[in-house]
Amino acid sequence: MDIATHVFSALYQFGDAFAFLVLSACGLAVIFGMMGVINLAHGEFIMCGAYVTAATVHAGLPLPLGILTGTLVSALVGVVVELAVIRHLYERPLDTIVATWGLSLIATQGTLIMVGSTMAGVGTPFGSFQVGDYSYSIYRIVLFCAAIGVLAALYALFNWTRFGVLARATIQVPHMAAALGVDTRLIYSLTFACGAGLAGLAGGLYAPTMTLVPTMGATFIMEAFVTVVIGGADVFLGTAPAGAVLAVVKSVMTSWQGQLFGQIGLLVAVIIVVRVLPKGISGFVLRERT
Amino acid sequence: MSKSVLRGLRAAALTGTLVLGSPIGSHSALAAENPIKLGVLEDQSGDFAAATIGKVHAIQLAAEEINKAGGIMGRPLELVTYDTQSDNTRYQEFMRRVLQRDKVDVVFAGFSSASREAYRPIVDQFNGFAFYNNQYEGGVCDGHMIVTGAVPEQQFSTLIPYMMEKYGKNVYTLAADYNFGQISAEWVRKIVKENGGKMAGEEFIPLGVSQFSQSIQNIQKAKPDFVVTLLVGTAQASYYEQAASANVSLPMASSVNVGQGYEHKRFKPPSLKDMYVTTNYIEEIDSPKSKEFYAKFKAKFPSEPYVNQEAENSYLAVYLYKQMVERAKSTKREEIRKVIALGDVCMDAPEGKVCIDPKSQHMSHTIYLAKVGADHSISFPKIWEDIKPYWLGEAGCDLTKKDPMAQYTPSNPPPKP
Repeated sequence: MDIATHVFSALYQFGDAFAFLVLSACGLAVIFGMMGVINLAHGEFIMCGAYVTAATVHAGLPLPLGILTGTLVSALVGVVVELAVIRHLYERPLDTIVATWGLSLIATQGTLIMVGSTMAGVGTPFGSFQVGDYSYSIYRIVLFCAAIGVLAALYALFNWTRFGVLARATIQVPHMAAALGVDTRLIYSLTFACGAGLAGLAGGLYAPTMTLVPTMGATFIMEAFVTVVIGGADVFLGTAPAGAVLAVVKSVMTSWQGQLFGQIGLLVAVIIVVRVLPKGISGFVLRERT
Repeated sequence: MSKSVLRGLRAAALTGTLVLGSPIGSHSALAAENPIKLGVLEDQSGDFAAATIGKVHAIQLAAEEINKAGGIMGRPLELVTYDTQSDNTRYQEFMRRVLQRDKVDVVFAGFSSASREAYRPIVDQFNGFAFYNNQYEGGVCDGHMIVTGAVPEQQFSTLIPYMMEKYGKNVYTLAADYNFGQISAEWVRKIVKENGGKMAGEEFIPLGVSQFSQSIQNIQKAKPDFVVTLLVGTAQASYYEQAASANVSLPMASSVNVGQGYEHKRFKPPSLKDMYVTTNYIEEIDSPKSKEFYAKFKAKFPSEPYVNQEAENSYLAVYLYKQMVERAKSTKREEIRKVIALGDVCMDAPEGKVCIDPKSQHMSHTIYLAKVGADHSISFPKIWEDIKPYWLGEAGCDLTKKDPMAQYTPSNPPPKP
């Protein structure tokens, strides 16, 4: 086997781990990293996106439209949850843990009771391609591109649009933003919906590749929290480098010693980064720049 | 920020590991006096629920039929049901509760081997009597337990030689990383070696892992003739879809898939193409007994997604218990074991004739080799009748003489007298 094959397989594994970490974490980066709401129901927003995607595909829609529907429905659920629960708890971060955890239990068990213990999958599109001795799934490359696209879109949204500026202003100094005429309640709602929608997008994108069960959100949650905690408060400057660092750790450890060590590697990396850079990677980068 | 984030994460970690208990007690409406109480501890939520809700339904079906026909020795059967939430600590908590507070006569409990080993010491401690109605890695030699599920000498001694003859002698094992997967993989290793094959590789996957890109590549690198998949739980089942989309079209062999998690129904064809499974029951089995059972099941639970081997094990276990109690004229474990020792506790189950082996208190089975086709239809290339759970007895476990209350493996057999 030649070197090119090895390099490609290493890049593919890195890209695959990167996509999973970034897509799992983006929604949480907005809700937890930016807004400071510890959202334990993040996995259930992902599950919501995946279920809606699968249901619409079963109903006859093409997959991209299904994923879009999943994203929008999750965002809508996000608005409802924000209005009904989260809105009242912005000053009480610890209480949001209990509230969102309760929501996640309700969502998991509610789905189990109403939809049943499993849902039929939709099948992965696009087939495979061959490099050297290995064959790879094309959809995994799509996932990687989607992760890059989401990061770019988030960067553009929060830096170049009026909504992005207002959202950052509102979250940094809410009363000052309000004094300047910003409808902070609306901005909070929209930002939360954005995070929920991103979670739904992750669910929709991974729905074709995974088992659809009420507990599926749990398989994303560890990676999501780990990435956001390492990344710190800035969505783009945090999540992207954190995803890259962790993807290297995870893919190297997994190819060296198997899945168990991949997970151990992730957690050890978190402990080290949190110890050395308490404000996460974005805190480190921003301090260097100023 | 950093402090609050840290505190938050710590709290999240703490709360994430805790699961609130909300037992669903279901008490039969039968008003008759002095019922026989049957505790049911099965996972009705959590990662294993897809495979195990059917077990609870099967027990309810059997209990209803028995009660309609006059109960056991005229006493109605009352179910005391708790949802164990796919959580080992729930098993321990509810096992104590059914034995001490509810004072049940017998308990039907457990899906994963981790949960069984979690509750088994409690059954031993309180001198309880439990049925484990699940296929597993074998080796439990415990007078307090009756196992109605199939074991490796029934599932692997049939499956692995068949696969090696048909596809080749290079075998790769992909197994869940806990006692079931580890010990089952040991069995596969042993049988592959005995048949002159070699292990191309082995990987153990932590429960809950759902991303398999690296494992798929490892398998491609090892170039096996077929892959033994011993993946457990719904998260790990994502492997098939991901392997199929990466065009790994290797044949697969398993003791747990299809027969438990009906993956061929849940995934879009052809991701499970050429999966071979040895199972003692699945709903596709085309015999009059099986069809009758399936029809009864669907009549009572029309929305049941699949009637799997664990459902059949649980169903027949209720009838076996009835037979043993009626022959012993008692619900006492010692009296029932005297009946088992006679060696003729048998019944015509939906799968065929089954008998309890007195030495190990495990059960003989008809083993069906199920093959999944490209369109996910099931065919049965081979059927082995009356396969006995011989290994424990041959290795030196004899519960009619001595009760060591232990689990043995090929590398850790019972001590020779």
